[in-house]
Amino acid sequence: MPVLIYIDHADGHIKKSSYELLSYGAGLAELLGTSAEGIILGTFPEDLSALGKYGVRKIHQVSQGHLNESDSQVLTQVLSEAVKQTGAQVMLFTNNITGKAIAPRLSARLKAGLVSGAVALPDISDGFVVRKNVFSGKAFANVKVQTEIKIISLNPNSFQPKEVGGTAEMVELFLSPVSSNLKIVSTEKASGEIPLSEAEIVVSGGRGLKGPENWGILLDLAKELGAATACSRPVADAHWRPHHEHVGQTGLAIAPNLYIAIGISGAIQHLAGVNRSKTIVVINKDPEAPFFKAADYGIVGDAFEVVPKITEAVKKLKSAH
Amino acid sequence: MNILVCISKTPDTTAKVAFKDKNTKFASEGVQWIINPYDEWYGLVRAIELKEKDPSIIIHLITVAGADADPIIRKALALGGDEAFRINVDSQDSYYVAAQVAAFAGQGRYDLLFTGRETIDYNGSSIGGMLAELLQLPYISLATQFELSGTIATVKREIEGGEETDQVSLPCVVSCQKGVAEQRIPNMKGIMGARTKPLKVLEAVAAESMTSIVSFELPPAKAGVKLVPADQPEELVRLLHEEAKLI
Repeated sequence: MPVLIYIDHADGHIKKSSYELLSYGAGLAELLGTSAEGIILGTFPEDLSALGKYGVRKIHQVSQGHLNESDSQVLTQVLSEAVKQTGAQVMLFTNNITGKAIAPRLSARLKAGLVSGAVALPDISDGFVVRKNVFSGKAFANVKVQTEIKIISLNPNSFQPKEVGGTAEMVELFLSPVSSNLKIVSTEKASGEIPLSEAEIVVSGGRGLKGPENWGILLDLAKELGAATACSRPVADAHWRPHHEHVGQTGLAIAPNLYIAIGISGAIQHLAGVNRSKTIVVINKDPEAPFFKAADYGIVGDAFEVVPKITEAVKKLKSAH
Repeated sequence: MNILVCISKTPDTTAKVAFKDKNTKFASEGVQWIINPYDEWYGLVRAIELKEKDPSIIIHLITVAGADADPIIRKALALGGDEAFRINVDSQDSYYVAAQVAAFAGQGRYDLLFTGRETIDYNGSSIGGMLAELLQLPYISLATQFELSGTIATVKREIEGGEETDQVSLPCVVSCQKGVAEQRIPNMKGIMGARTKPLKVLEAVAAESMTSIVSFELPPAKAGVKLVPADQPEELVRLLHEEAKLI
C-alpha cells in the first residue's frame, strides 16, 4: 500500500517541484508506516535511480514514448492502472499545470478524494486531514479525505526537498497502450528562461516602470539574482511584457521564496497571485501604495534610482562570497 | 450545437475573508456575491461570442447552489445564454458538484462544456477534470484561446513556460482562463431580457462527497514592513542576505 509520487518531466528535465514532492511523499510514507514509490510516464534520457536520495526506494516507469506528450484522458487511464497494480493508498501530484489536468480526472475515476493545493503533510491523528490554500491565498482550509484511496496535489514551493541518501530501484510497469482523442498540433516555449512557477526568486514590474523600454533595470537585477521575471496585469494588457509573465488573480499564482515588486501598487487582485510568497519586497515611490501593508521589506523611492543600486549591491555581495 | 457553461457563486474578490462557528464556516454576512470571474469572463463570454457568430448555438448555464445564487444567475443571463438551470443543493465538495453537473449533462446532450480555471474561493481547479472523466470526454485545461471550426475545436492552453495548441473533436470539456475572451458588462437590453429567460430549478441526484472541510484558518498576520531608506539600497541587500537569508 505505498504512497505513489508522480514525477513530472519535460524536455529531459525533472521539474524542481517533483523533488519537493518526492520528499513530501517520503515524509508521508513514514507517517503512514509504508513505502514511498515514484512513477514516471514516458521515456527519460537518464537513469533515475539517483532520485532515491529523496527517500524513495522504487520508481515505476511506463516507458511508452507517446506518454511524454499526452493528454489528460490518456495519462489518467495509465495512472489509474498504475495505482491498481501498485496497490497505492495515496497518489501525489504537484499542483501545477500537469497536476491540475490529471489529478481531478483520476480522482473521479478512482473515486479517490482529492485535496488540491495542499501546503503541508496530512494530520493523521483523527482521520486524514490535509491543509490547503483557499480564498486565493487569504486563508487555509483543513480538508478531511474520507475515501480509501487519497489524492493530494501539493502546491509548488511549499515543502523543502530533503536529501536523505540512497538509491531507488527502477521497475518497468507494463500497461496496455491507450489511444488519445486529442491531437497536439504544436508547442511553443520561451527558451532559456526560468519558469515562473518554479522560480525561488521573482522580480516583478508594474506600471510604475512607465514603459517596456525601461525594463532593462529589472532584467539586470533578475539576472544578478538568478530570478524569474513577472509583471502585473496592466503591464501584460498593454503588451509591455508577454502574457505568461502576468501574476495575479487572473494570471499565474506563484509562491517564490522572494518576490520583489517594482512599481506595483499592490491591488488586491495582484496580491491574490503573490501573497503566498515567503518574503515580499516592495519598491514604490508612493508611500501609500497598499502593497507595503503586505510587504516584509520596502523602499519608498524612485525605482529608476533605487533598482540599479540594488543590482550593484547584489553584484558586490556575490563577488565577496 | 449546444454549449453548457458551468458557473459558480463566489465572494467578491475584495470581500473580507473571515470565519464563524469555531472556524468551520465562511462568514458570509455582508459579503457581496459575484459570478466566479473565471466562469464569467472567459467561459461564458466565449460561449456568447460563439453564439454571436452562429445564432443556432444554444447556451445553457448551470450552477449547483441554493436559491441565494439566483441573482448571479440572472446576471449571467443578462450577459447572454438562453436558459439557466440551478441544481438546488448546497455544494459539498468538488466531486459532489461535478457529479451533479455530469448527471444533468448526461451523455451527448452537450457538444461543448466550459468551466472556469478555478473558483476564487476554494481554488480547487477540479470540476472540469472530474466532469470530463465522469462523461468520458477529452479535457483541455487552462485554455487561453478557443476556436471552433465545424465540430473541431482548436485550443491553445498554458503549459509550463509556454503554450500548446491542441485539436480535438467535439464533444469536450474546456477549463478557461485569461485570453479565451474579454470581460463584458451586461447592457440594459440584456438585463431586461434576463428577467424573462427561463431559470429552472432541479433537484439534486444522489451523489457522494469524498472530502469535507474540518476547519478554516487565517494566516498569521505579517509583522509589518521594514522600510529601508531610499538612499541606502545596499542595506536592503544586506537584510535579504543576513536576516532573511534569501540571497
